[in-house]
Amino acid sequence: MHAADFSSNFFALFDLPVSFDVDLDALSARYREAQRAAHPDKFANAPEVERRLSVQMAARINEAYRTLKDPLSRGRYLLELHGVALDDSDTAFDGAFLMEQMELRERLADVKNSADPVSQLRVIADDIAAHDKSLITQMAGLLNEASAESLQQARNVSRKLQFFRRLNEEVEALEDELGDY
Amino acid sequence: MALLQISEPGQTAAPHQHKLAAGIDLGTTNSLVATVRSGKAETLPDEQGMHLLPSVVRYRETGAPQVGAIAKQSAISDPRNTISSVKRYVGRGLADICKGCSRSEYEFVDGDSSVPRIRTVAGDISPVEVSAEILKNLKLRAEETLGGELTGVVITVPAYFDDAQRQSTKDAAQLAGLQVLRLLNEPTAAAVAYGLDKGSEGVHVVYDLGGGTFDISILRLNRGVFEVMSTAGNTALGGDDFDRIIAQWLIQQAGLDPSALSPGQMRATLLEACRAKEALSDAEAVDVSLSVADGFVADDAAWQGELTRTQLYELIDPLIQKTLSSCRRALRDAGIDVEEIEDVVMVGGSTRSPRVRERVGEFFHCEPMVDIDPDKVVAAGAAIQADILVGNKPDDEMLLLDVIPLSLGIETMGGLVEKIISRNTTIPSAKAQDFTTFKDGQTALAVHVVQGERELVSDCRSLARFELRGIPPMVAGNARIRVTFQVDADGLLSVTAREQISGVESTVQVKPSFGLTDGEIETMLRESMSHAQEDIAARMLREQQVEADRIIESVESAVAADVQLLTDEERTQIDVALSELRKMRDGDDPRKIKQAIEALNKASTDFAARRMDASIQSAMTGHKVDEF
Repeated sequence: MHAADFSSNFFALFDLPVSFDVDLDALSARYREAQRAAHPDKFANAPEVERRLSVQMAARINEAYRTLKDPLSRGRYLLELHGVALDDSDTAFDGAFLMEQMELRERLADVKNSADPVSQLRVIADDIAAHDKSLITQMAGLLNEASAESLQQARNVSRKLQFFRRLNEEVEALEDELGDY
Repeated sequence: MALLQISEPGQTAAPHQHKLAAGIDLGTTNSLVATVRSGKAETLPDEQGMHLLPSVVRYRETGAPQVGAIAKQSAISDPRNTISSVKRYVGRGLADICKGCSRSEYEFVDGDSSVPRIRTVAGDISPVEVSAEILKNLKLRAEETLGGELTGVVITVPAYFDDAQRQSTKDAAQLAGLQVLRLLNEPTAAAVAYGLDKGSEGVHVVYDLGGGTFDISILRLNRGVFEVMSTAGNTALGGDDFDRIIAQWLIQQAGLDPSALSPGQMRATLLEACRAKEALSDAEAVDVSLSVADGFVADDAAWQGELTRTQLYELIDPLIQKTLSSCRRALRDAGIDVEEIEDVVMVGGSTRSPRVRERVGEFFHCEPMVDIDPDKVVAAGAAIQADILVGNKPDDEMLLLDVIPLSLGIETMGGLVEKIISRNTTIPSAKAQDFTTFKDGQTALAVHVVQGERELVSDCRSLARFELRGIPPMVAGNARIRVTFQVDADGLLSVTAREQISGVESTVQVKPSFGLTDGEIETMLRESMSHAQEDIAARMLREQQVEADRIIESVESAVAADVQLLTDEERTQIDVALSELRKMRDGDDPRKIKQAIEALNKASTDFAARRMDASIQSAMTGHKVDEF
């Protein structure tokens, strides 16, 4: 008899096809149903062994949901399933991308000195959001094509997205620092 | 011939036994206890009919400490021994406690333990013990009112409480002899009490401004599931700070030197500030006065003046603005626009302030909801969850999915923080990350667990330190050390470090740096029990018997329901372990019962995991039809 299949992939966990295009409503509905079955609150009176298992299972369901909900982490998870190495250190970026990053960083550094830092920051955040959106669309196409070459390209796109996400974190940190606006 | 009785499928033959459960709101200023009776959650009053128990404990040279209103009366005459707002100090180190206030009302001492203690006539007392006195009082109130022992309680904590503060709250409950079913975040409890799940799908905000803490939670509701999307707040901001800032203004207006005031005068000034604040909810201006004598009143006032509403707003607006900055951050983390919000629920005594309601309404573009008494709503919500968790409502659809308020990580080279679980991750949560050694032949690794959003360890809160020893000597960078963080449904963290090649492992249930050790708690428990050693032994035996009954019943019904998931060999092992446990259960040795429980646990773990897996799969496939 096999042990419980805690290792099934995140798509299978929610009984969804393995694909970048996920029905987000179905995903969240199934997430809630899965938690209804697994959450520790449902095992408050159970023996210790079941309480412990339920914490592990609920944690895995949460991780699966979190991974599939966000397009970037979903894309990276798909690449992993395709066996594409995600080691982040060896990506060569094109010159245009690097220039763009530098320019955005310079603008971010200048925000504090500008006359209206809050709206300056808003403009940068909107720029980042636009880049994010177009890269996600690119990644979707490449992942759906799923050839050896397109998967490599998808990996590069996911690396670029990570740069924008990190930049966005800095924007948010600055937003908190500027505080009351 | 007598006929055999057969119960309807899905029903047990025995009538369902109602268990006593309660929800406790352990507040900075006031605490409450509530329970569900006849399907309704209600707070329980004391003998004088008072629902709110002031969170004040007075220690005396002889006799038990006084708790509540009677203790509060001594706040001015006996300030050093009368502890109020202890929630501000729970799970905190001395440096943090002193940082917040220019001048503490109490004499803190730094003893052998990492936990600061307050010097009183009854000895040096830790904040956890003070909290335990408040909990004991509420426990007694509930048990006398309900006529029996409580099976379990849900205790609420500010959503923004960190791991150390949560752990300390649980320690206090243990000292008070309470079985904690769950630590529940206060805003989530309020959402439950409002019954927001019933016919109000969508996104809701809970704005909770108490005496000493501020929380904001954004929740999405869907068919009984409360999914917290984000939370933000400040565990050192509340109505007390309003009083403090008004008191400072009074002292300044009176031309007094704040450092020359006695603790009694400080308390009196704070009380005058609080009175003025409350009066200005209705009046445009109020007369205020200060005296130089201890316990002063208006009669022998050294200074008299007036505080206007405009002046009050000028004083408190910066504090309200701070709460709105947290609201903005919570919205951003949830990825929600203000327009998507259905309504805003107001919780906490400080949301009675008209100015707070006005500013919050402006910010969220809607009229805040104030239907339920903001003081009682949190306890009521906790009571509803306690009633479900204790097993009184097996068919209830309600499910609370909460988040961790602050990121958890570990220290890496150069004093930097590597985040492992980020803030607003839904709990329970588990995440692993691999690290490696820095030096050739390194055989030990120090793990320093921290909580917070900043990049530098020194800017985050230190939660715990432990060491992984016995790593086989290897070239630097060759060892694979997997650090796993697991956060349970109470928001409490445990950490495991394991060297992957050799299998060397080290696990800690994170005991906060500023928390009590297990040994300290045990000592306190022994000291607090007025009874003899036998009582403790009897209690331990009883606890093991309860757990034994629980697992016997559970395994028996699991085997009856899903015998097809078992191999013959597993079945035999379980049967052997079951009969051994039944034998031990009726004995009088708690250790032997414990061993037999562990043996049965071991024999049935794989089976339990398979059953859980099967139930999730059936939940997935069973609900597909009405989804589309």
